[in-house]
Amino acid sequence: MVENKSFGSRLFDIINYALLGVVALLCLYPLWHVLMGSFSDPKGLTLHTGIMLWPEGFSLAGYQIVLSNPNILSGYLNTLFYVVVGTCARMVMTILGAYALSRSNFLLKRAMSVFVVVTMYFGGGLIASFLVVTKVFNMYDSRAAIIVPSLVSTWNMIILKTAFQRVPASLEESARLDGANDLVLLIRIILPVTMATLAVITLYYAVAEWNSWFTAVVYLRSREKFPLQLFLRETLISYSTSMSDEVTGSMDAPDMVLFIEELVRYATIIVATVPILCIYPFAQRYFITGVMMGSLKE
Amino acid sequence: MAQPSAALKKSFPRRLARNYRQNPYIYWMALPVVLYYLLFHYLPMFGIVIAFQNFRPARGVFGSQWVGMQNFQDFFRSPFAPRLIRNTILINVYSILWGFPAPILLALMLNEVRASAYKRVIQTVSYMPHFISLVVICGMIKEFSLINGLFNDVRAFFGLERVGILSEAKMFRTVYIASGIWQQIGWGSIIYLATLAGADPNLYEAAVIDGANRFQRIIHVTLPVLVPLIVMQFILRMGQMMNVGSEKIILLYTPLTYETGDVISSYVYRRGLQETKYSLGTAIGLFNSLINMCLVVGTNALSRKVLDESLW
Repeated sequence: MVENKSFGSRLFDIINYALLGVVALLCLYPLWHVLMGSFSDPKGLTLHTGIMLWPEGFSLAGYQIVLSNPNILSGYLNTLFYVVVGTCARMVMTILGAYALSRSNFLLKRAMSVFVVVTMYFGGGLIASFLVVTKVFNMYDSRAAIIVPSLVSTWNMIILKTAFQRVPASLEESARLDGANDLVLLIRIILPVTMATLAVITLYYAVAEWNSWFTAVVYLRSREKFPLQLFLRETLISYSTSMSDEVTGSMDAPDMVLFIEELVRYATIIVATVPILCIYPFAQRYFITGVMMGSLKE
Repeated sequence: MAQPSAALKKSFPRRLARNYRQNPYIYWMALPVVLYYLLFHYLPMFGIVIAFQNFRPARGVFGSQWVGMQNFQDFFRSPFAPRLIRNTILINVYSILWGFPAPILLALMLNEVRASAYKRVIQTVSYMPHFISLVVICGMIKEFSLINGLFNDVRAFFGLERVGILSEAKMFRTVYIASGIWQQIGWGSIIYLATLAGADPNLYEAAVIDGANRFQRIIHVTLPVLVPLIVMQFILRMGQMMNVGSEKIILLYTPLTYETGDVISSYVYRRGLQETKYSLGTAIGLFNSLINMCLVVGTNALSRKVLDESLW
């Protein structure tokens, strides 16, 4: 196709490219601002106004405090535990459920499907769920409370079920003729050919757990079980005073404490965001596939 | 099956038993999943009965006193009910007004970019905020909203006075919705871009031959490709009209901004869980989810009628 490059068309391109550039800058700049701020001199950061293209002065004081904060380390370890154990458990459950729902020879397929989908539109709500988890199952302040009450995401299970149903029947037939039962069929045939979807759903579960904080607020009391996001909330949102006590010992002037607290918050944001942004370019493809799968209808 | 008619005549338990004998593994695989749904979804649904009780944890569901509609009456007679319902709806109205067209616009603009490297860079950058955790996003918002923060620097640049942005009730919704657009605009555009990628190129060639300029092509060729998807997405969004997630609200609001920021879900958390008014909280939650369900069912019926497409 030959593009006729008239003056109007060129002007359109120029404006369009410029506007998109502005959008991208707007998306990127806040992160850049925090990144540059986190390497700044504490006083330079606080006194700085406006756009920050490069650090104001230079210091690693923020990172020293953040990385020597035992809460950050323990939060990271706890989050790692919740992400790894939670994602494995959820994948197993989701695969089992999706497999059953995808079998046309399963007599209860429709019944189970309705049984599961109803929960997408109606539930007991926050409080009834809280009471069930804490009073019936006695899970208050246990690590299980973070994982068990959300073992299956109905949405993910339905996406996976759709993928399982798309596996060509001919592949299954040959395995069936060899006398494979459903478990063998699932592991040998179905899972290997739906790897792309499995990867997407694994990522979805892992990212959701990494980001999750509300469940932990509701169910956890002991700080040694807190995931990273709860400590981030303390540092970034609730401004705990424990931090300033730690810092006061090493600083003389009281306003220096305020300066350094701001710097610590900037460094905290970077420390909490860098891992996910490092993985993101590699995982981006899978995430986008996931959006498309979610929008597909059977 | 050799004799389908005979199989149909059999009673359900016998058919079930036979189906189990033929495929025992499927049943054992489904079992843990069904149990999970029973215990963690259906048991809480049963727990809704405490909305009609004066529930005391020590007495349990069976020992607590029944009070009929008392909790609902308490809620609707309180001065909070109108404020919560108003805030919930207004946040949704403004989110739809500003947030719904934004990713569509971005997708249309990206679709016009021929330089694929530039396009990829813009896309990658605009998806990025989606991957930052909510706590960190709200931490950044709070940081920028301080008197000496970035937002106030921008305000000062335009000659406006510096204010505590997050403690101003009249700014809460703007901050909430603008930051939401910032975080989701790129991500939200994916689905529209993918639909455009599947559009018939012949349409464009015809438009070019007809002498349509770029704007005309967007309006008359590109946009119509998206219309069914836009309508579908819009209807789905309307079904969420009485639903605002509590998480971002709880992270951002303070007692100073309850006037505009407190919504039903955040109130249920604060009153019901933090102040342990379990029955009242459950009643409010039930009221909210019943309305939500009606909206979803209603919009789904609408979608079926308008688009011949529906969720179920």
